[in-house]
Amino acid sequence: MKSIRIGSGAGYAGDRLEPSLELIEKGNLDYISYECLAERTIAIGQQAKLKDPSKGYNGLLEYRMERALPLCWEHKVKLITNMGSANPQAAAAKCVEIAKKHGLTGMKIACVTGDDLLPVIDKYMDTQVWETGEPLSKLPGEIVSANAYMGVEGILKALDQGADVVITGRVADPAIFMAPAIHEFGWSLEDWDKLGKGTIMGHLLECGGQVTGGYFAEPGKKDVPGVGHLGFPIIEIAEDGSFFVTKVPEAGGMVTVETCSEQICYEIHDPENYLTPDVVADCKQIAFTEVEKDKIAVTGITGKPKTETFKCSIGYRDCYIGDGEISYGGPGCLARAKLALEIMKERLELVAPGAFDELKFDLIGCNSLYWNPDYSYDEPSEVRVRVAGRAKTKAVADLVPNEVEALYTNGPAGGCGAVKRTRDIVSVASILVSRYDVKPQVQVFEV
Amino acid sequence: MKLWEIAHSRTGDKGNISNVSLIAYDPKDFALIREKVTPERVKEHFKGMVHGEVVRYELPNIHALNFVMYAALGGGVTRSLSVDMHGKGLSSYLLDMEI
Repeated sequence: MKSIRIGSGAGYAGDRLEPSLELIEKGNLDYISYECLAERTIAIGQQAKLKDPSKGYNGLLEYRMERALPLCWEHKVKLITNMGSANPQAAAAKCVEIAKKHGLTGMKIACVTGDDLLPVIDKYMDTQVWETGEPLSKLPGEIVSANAYMGVEGILKALDQGADVVITGRVADPAIFMAPAIHEFGWSLEDWDKLGKGTIMGHLLECGGQVTGGYFAEPGKKDVPGVGHLGFPIIEIAEDGSFFVTKVPEAGGMVTVETCSEQICYEIHDPENYLTPDVVADCKQIAFTEVEKDKIAVTGITGKPKTETFKCSIGYRDCYIGDGEISYGGPGCLARAKLALEIMKERLELVAPGAFDELKFDLIGCNSLYWNPDYSYDEPSEVRVRVAGRAKTKAVADLVPNEVEALYTNGPAGGCGAVKRTRDIVSVASILVSRYDVKPQVQVFEV
Repeated sequence: MKLWEIAHSRTGDKGNISNVSLIAYDPKDFALIREKVTPERVKEHFKGMVHGEVVRYELPNIHALNFVMYAALGGGVTRSLSVDMHGKGLSSYLLDMEI
């Protein structure tokens, strides 16, 4: 039975490069896909594109492609990525430039667009927002981006036209891993069981090292060999949709039933109904079997028909968040840190009464990660005070970090290591749009 | 004992929703965590942090529970004032639960 090998080149926008190069060189791959787009990334990309029409794609695109494109060409590996972010066309143009520089004559580079709904966003103003339950028109800030999560359709068109490299904007994460299987095996786009299997395969790959022993180690309980040179995962999938997860033997990390179990649950919500643009995948009965060391067979996945809607992420200007930190150590540090928080509460009430939408007062080392009114903590050897505040203007938000820093000369004894920052916050809201409103388009450029 | 002794966990996020898994190391312990770690118990454990509903799903063949906790991330990763905007540390807090 025919099978192909698909590697995961990145699990997030800023992921390491060398594990992906190791995969291209030693993984005997047919395809490698780089997943580089979080919920908010594209909104930030859209703002960069507004300032400069040749920008708006992933900031590491050039760094990655300079190394990956020549290696892919040499080893006959096709590359798919959502690094196009808010500007897949500009990203493709940059890749063509890089490919030319390296003499990769004949390489076909495609971009997939159609996810950007910002030009037509006005027609959705009455659509209900998931997060608020109110119409889109009631969002508190200016909308800066609107991108639908597309499925495999555009990537398939690009592969059908012979593309060696496919660059997309917003698509569902599993789609960039599943599209090669559909293309190579000629699966029907209504073969729900196979698409279910392909989608869960993509889900296991989409976070890179998280299935090969990354985000897993717990010394003494869950030890991971070679975690400092962690390898990225490979999936070998057959024509019938059966597949196994593995890695390059010399790479660090491990693929076990436990690493796969943690990753299958990751962000999946209802395992019986994993909603994607291409299929509703069902992995409630999933099972992992160790075939040999670092080779896990995956079974028990089915699929159900896709829904009529696409999720669309809306980026909007939300607020400003200012935060500052300062440390206290040695005997009595907890009492001094608590005094620092009391001073901060008084100061903020004095300089900007009622001006903050929300404030948070943390004792890092005691209660910053878990705030439970019943939770008790012992006196640590050092404690870090942190105060964060959200406001509608930068001037107000700035008051929080400035007041934290002023604790040096105006606060309790021995304050040290203060830092401060204020961030301009673009938030994300979600709506559902008709899948028929989203039309993927493909352009192919030959080097 | 703490859940940490018999189970492992990982957290992910979508907007203001946290997804925390709980996987028994030994399949024999699945019945125990299924009985003890109810959605109500989890909601109480995350008092002060999780303000919405807690829904529990099961993946029996990998002896895992999957908890979806609503209104759990201070407004979501983009606007949360927490040090841990994604709530990624919530898995470690779940494993601190005494059963």
